[in-house]
Amino acid sequence: MARAVTTNRKVLNTFIAWSIGILIFFPILWTILTSFKTEAQAISDPPVFLFFDWTLENYGVVQERSNYMRFLWNSIIIAGGSTVLGLIVAVPAAWSMAFVPSRRTKDILLWMLSTKMLPAVGVLYPIYLIFIRLGILDTRTGLVIVLMLINLPIIVWMLYTYFKEIPGEILEASRMDGASLKDEILYVLTPMAIPGIASTLLLNFILAWNEAFWTLNLTAAKAAPLTAFIASYSSPEGLFYAKLSAASTMAIAPILILGWFSQKQLVRGLTFGAVK
Amino acid sequence: MGRITLDKVSKSFGEVEVIPPLDLTIEEGEFVVFVGPSGCGKSTLLRLIAGLEDVSGGQVRIDGNDATLTPPAKRGLAMVFQSYALYPHMTVRKNIAFPLRMAGMDQAEQDRRIENAAKILNLTDYIDRRPGQLSGGQRQRVAIGRAIVREPAAFLFDEPLSNLDAALRVGMRLEITELHERLKTTMIYVTHDQVEAMTMADKIVVLRAGYIEQVGSPLELYQSPRNTFVAGFIGSPKMNLIGGAEAQKHGAATIGIRPEHLGISATEGIWKGRVGVSEHLGSDTFFHVLDTGLGDALTVRAGGEVSMRYGHTVYLTPEADKIHRFDDKGLRIA
Repeated sequence: MARAVTTNRKVLNTFIAWSIGILIFFPILWTILTSFKTEAQAISDPPVFLFFDWTLENYGVVQERSNYMRFLWNSIIIAGGSTVLGLIVAVPAAWSMAFVPSRRTKDILLWMLSTKMLPAVGVLYPIYLIFIRLGILDTRTGLVIVLMLINLPIIVWMLYTYFKEIPGEILEASRMDGASLKDEILYVLTPMAIPGIASTLLLNFILAWNEAFWTLNLTAAKAAPLTAFIASYSSPEGLFYAKLSAASTMAIAPILILGWFSQKQLVRGLTFGAVK
Repeated sequence: MGRITLDKVSKSFGEVEVIPPLDLTIEEGEFVVFVGPSGCGKSTLLRLIAGLEDVSGGQVRIDGNDATLTPPAKRGLAMVFQSYALYPHMTVRKNIAFPLRMAGMDQAEQDRRIENAAKILNLTDYIDRRPGQLSGGQRQRVAIGRAIVREPAAFLFDEPLSNLDAALRVGMRLEITELHERLKTTMIYVTHDQVEAMTMADKIVVLRAGYIEQVGSPLELYQSPRNTFVAGFIGSPKMNLIGGAEAQKHGAATIGIRPEHLGISATEGIWKGRVGVSEHLGSDTFFHVLDTGLGDALTVRAGGEVSMRYGHTVYLTPEADKIHRFDDKGLRIA
């Protein structure tokens, strides 16, 4: 369908789109800007926008007071570990749901999703006790397991949707060609589902990276990831906005960069099949 | 290698029995075609042989060994699917190599077989392309190539030509028949197209609602159909089936006469009718003759040069010794 779009209309649309975009991005932009201000400038009224004395002092102080690299490393291990572990569990599960469904498959999928409707705090107490008993409180292993479990329904759902798009005959062909179940999943299904698997992986990595409820409640010092790093600058320290902003910027930078470079892959994966 | 025996094999999906217990033997080296209208169970039967579906009862034997519980990968059969089912992420070479790789064959032998298959199927020029860059006919050749490299006990074809256009279909039909002549391997071929069945098969199995209606060579089925279903299904255009008083004159409930066994004349004959649509194929002409008082329109096959005006009166004469007689259950009267 051809639509006549006038130049004025285009300019207006572009303006509106940019305005909404900047509005949504503004809090993050403000955080980043504040991280380069002194504490006095950070709370000055009226606020200063761009014309202030740019300083890296906050970053220095933050790095001096807490070991950023240790938090970063914990975040990477927890987010990466839970995502990889989740995939190992979810790929066979989604395979069986997509290709050998039973009468209960739809119910199971819905039931899995329903666990996401439960408020996390509702199970904090039992999980906390289990963690104490197992001696995995404030360990990366414990967090990998719990984050894998809370994201598992989403991983299975996403993979299930992608797998449904793959014609069953191709898998049958591989069976006729002598492939075992392992070969079928490894050499045929997985390569064909790569866009879907990659976007599932990315999305879950981001979700796990940003997860704050469990990471804050189940860690103290040893296994604390970047969410705890930010949190340590908020409440007990009072109103050190500039340092808090510096800590936040350092915490979100890796995931922001990852998201930026993988956005094409994410969009492709998330719309996979929808426009086929 | 390649003798397949079905012993009281049956299949039900839940409460629905799609294949009642049936017996069938496919001899080594035979080209067997399963033919029947859609939903007759022919594809299901093939999938039972392949092992892609589990039988509900009975036994599948391959070369005398019970293969009923053997997974498809271990049955030594190769299958060509209607959708080709190529691996889209692999090149033609890798597609063809896949079964060899799964069998753990050494690289030199793999290469030799791939080269050989590519040569037979004219795939050498496309060997490094992916399936997405090939036409339908080329894809089908790759699917066949993937099947032949393994040197299987038998080939299973599940309506392999139905996604191709008419001209290509005729070409591929010849190629597959040629391949069978060359390899002499057992082939089981499923189709709903009776022309494919007639032209390719050593033996045709006509199925309806899971039952085997008749098994025989193409000409046996054509000349002596066991019942009215086979009579009507095999042959193009269809056999004319006539009931009522005219059939009783021949001591039958139904008589059948093929279009080529009806003489057509503007002046004299046994049955009088009116010319309906005529289809000129060049080599032949098919006349649909209406208002004969014998039920449905009768189809007559005449020479390509014969012409009759629409609506004109004509007379038809069946060749007396070519009339098929069927009893009230539709079974052939000898």
